[in-house]
Amino acid sequence: MKRHVALLLALAAAVPVRAGPVVDPLGSPMWTAHARTLFGDDPVRFDPRVKVDFPIIAENQRAFPVVIDARTIPGVRRMILFADLNPIPVAIDYRPVAAAAYVATRIKLDQRTPVRGAVQIDSGEWLVWGGWVDAAGGGCSTPPVSRVKGDWADHLGEIRGEAWPLPGGDSRLRLSFRHPMDTGLVENIAAYHLEEIDVRGADGRPLAEMAIWASVAEDPALTLMPRIGAGERIGIEARDTNGRDYRAQVEVARQSPLPAPPAP
Amino acid sequence: MMRLSRRAVLAGMATLSASQARAADAYRIEPIAVADGIWMVRGANEPIAPGNGGAIANIAIIATPAGTVLCDCGPSIRYARSLRAAAERLTGTPVVRVYVTHLHPDHGLGIAAFEPAMVAALPGTTAALAREGAGYSDAMYRILEDWMRGTELVLPGRQVTTEMEDFGGRRLRLLALSGHSGADLAIVDEATGVLIGGDLVFHDRAPSTPTADLDRWRASLDRLKAEPHRCVLPGHGPLDPGGVEAIVQTRDWIDWLEQALTDAVKAGLDMVEAGRIAIPDRFSTMAVARYELQRSVSHLYPALEARLLPRIDRPRQE
Ligand SMILES: [Zn+2]
Repeated sequence: MKRHVALLLALAAAVPVRAGPVVDPLGSPMWTAHARTLFGDDPVRFDPRVKVDFPIIAENQRAFPVVIDARTIPGVRRMILFADLNPIPVAIDYRPVAAAAYVATRIKLDQRTPVRGAVQIDSGEWLVWGGWVDAAGGGCSTPPVSRVKGDWADHLGEIRGEAWPLPGGDSRLRLSFRHPMDTGLVENIAAYHLEEIDVRGADGRPLAEMAIWASVAEDPALTLMPRIGAGERIGIEARDTNGRDYRAQVEVARQSPLPAPPAP
Repeated sequence: MMRLSRRAVLAGMATLSASQARAADAYRIEPIAVADGIWMVRGANEPIAPGNGGAIANIAIIATPAGTVLCDCGPSIRYARSLRAAAERLTGTPVVRVYVTHLHPDHGLGIAAFEPAMVAALPGTTAALAREGAGYSDAMYRILEDWMRGTELVLPGRQVTTEMEDFGGRRLRLLALSGHSGADLAIVDEATGVLIGGDLVFHDRAPSTPTADLDRWRASLDRLKAEPHRCVLPGHGPLDPGGVEAIVQTRDWIDWLEQALTDAVKAGLDMVEAGRIAIPDRFSTMAVARYELQRSVSHLYPALEARLLPRIDRPRQE
């Protein structure tokens, strides 16, 4: 009997837990529903190696910076950034095809919410971590601007960026697009946002692909770490929900590798 | 209209949570004499938070032959009423003038406690309050709830357009500057040489930059340094009795901040990473330095990126 129980326990440990029953360390009212939608029947586990880093204060609820860094986890093939209580929960669904498991961007916050990173590894399992962000906690001196930047139409299609080599053959790629990223939730303004961004090497080989939603801040800014070295050229292609294409090209700086940025 | 109804909802929420003992809290107004006929009411060296009721800015009380003058009046009507009572008890004369140094809500939302005709601000401050005041007020209600109850946005009824105001022989020099915000009023009491810096001057408390123009701020600090005075009563942090250190420290911080964030953009850092850069040891006496650095990243980084990251877009394919 005892052996039987032990065997059962061993089996239980070996069988990954399904999305539903996993207890959310953040106690979010939306966890179960989001887990079902995002992960379906895939196994899910909470794992602090999925580092989700953000500032101590949500100074600007329209552009709250978040980093997901899962570089210590081998075999990451997909990374999702989402905020449980946002009207549009998912911000980014990123596939670091030939890139380190790292993505940084800025998102909109609607209220106090968990902000999470979920990464899927080669086995199909999802690893999730994150924290609560108090959107009303600060930002008192940033008035909630009722109208976003009005001049976007004059600047649509402008892309800024730069790339620097990192130790070990990756590079650090920074991109920023002028785009209104309208959610469709504001009266009289239809949803209109970037929806797809692809990053390629000069030979066309895919480095990184992502789907993005209107919960990403206006004028989306991204930091990625594609596997490409100094002096090589990176091509960027993007498309928005009106079918408009965006193209950019940047050469990884011919310089010695950057030092690591300050650690959390 | 939207704003009004939203504020009404927020006020309603505040009422609901009022039973959680906030109603029992009161602002403690403790004026400290800094020179003959001038007192400072110290703000907490903290972010705006329910624990301090938003009372984080320094206030000055000046006794003049013509009555009592206040420089700034705090975050809420409740604060301002307590301040008015304390000031009038102290001086034995009624408040006749309230200067609002700039638009930020920790300094001026208490205007509602005074007749608008006695409240004076730079034209740029009044215009900014008309534009942004409701947004600030909403945000303050959201954070402070019951502390804010009854605080309506009221605009100053008088414009500061002269360089001097004389209160029965006690003369105040009025300096129309800018940089911390679009319009910053600094005041020198000629009798004592006390320079009331508003938020152009912080002292042992990291400066905040939500509406800053750093070049103008530097120019204003140069002007304040050159302006004859004895000591400085800063917008936040302790009195600077020597009158130089706080100005130099504020200048040092904003210079460092701008250079550090420029370097961060050039080194490819994202905003989260930029908020984690090392703060030099010489700023170790500054309260809330990391907090203000991260706020400043939010305020200043996007514009630096737009300036420093090169355009890389290519012609569209039709
Ligand atoms: Zn201020």
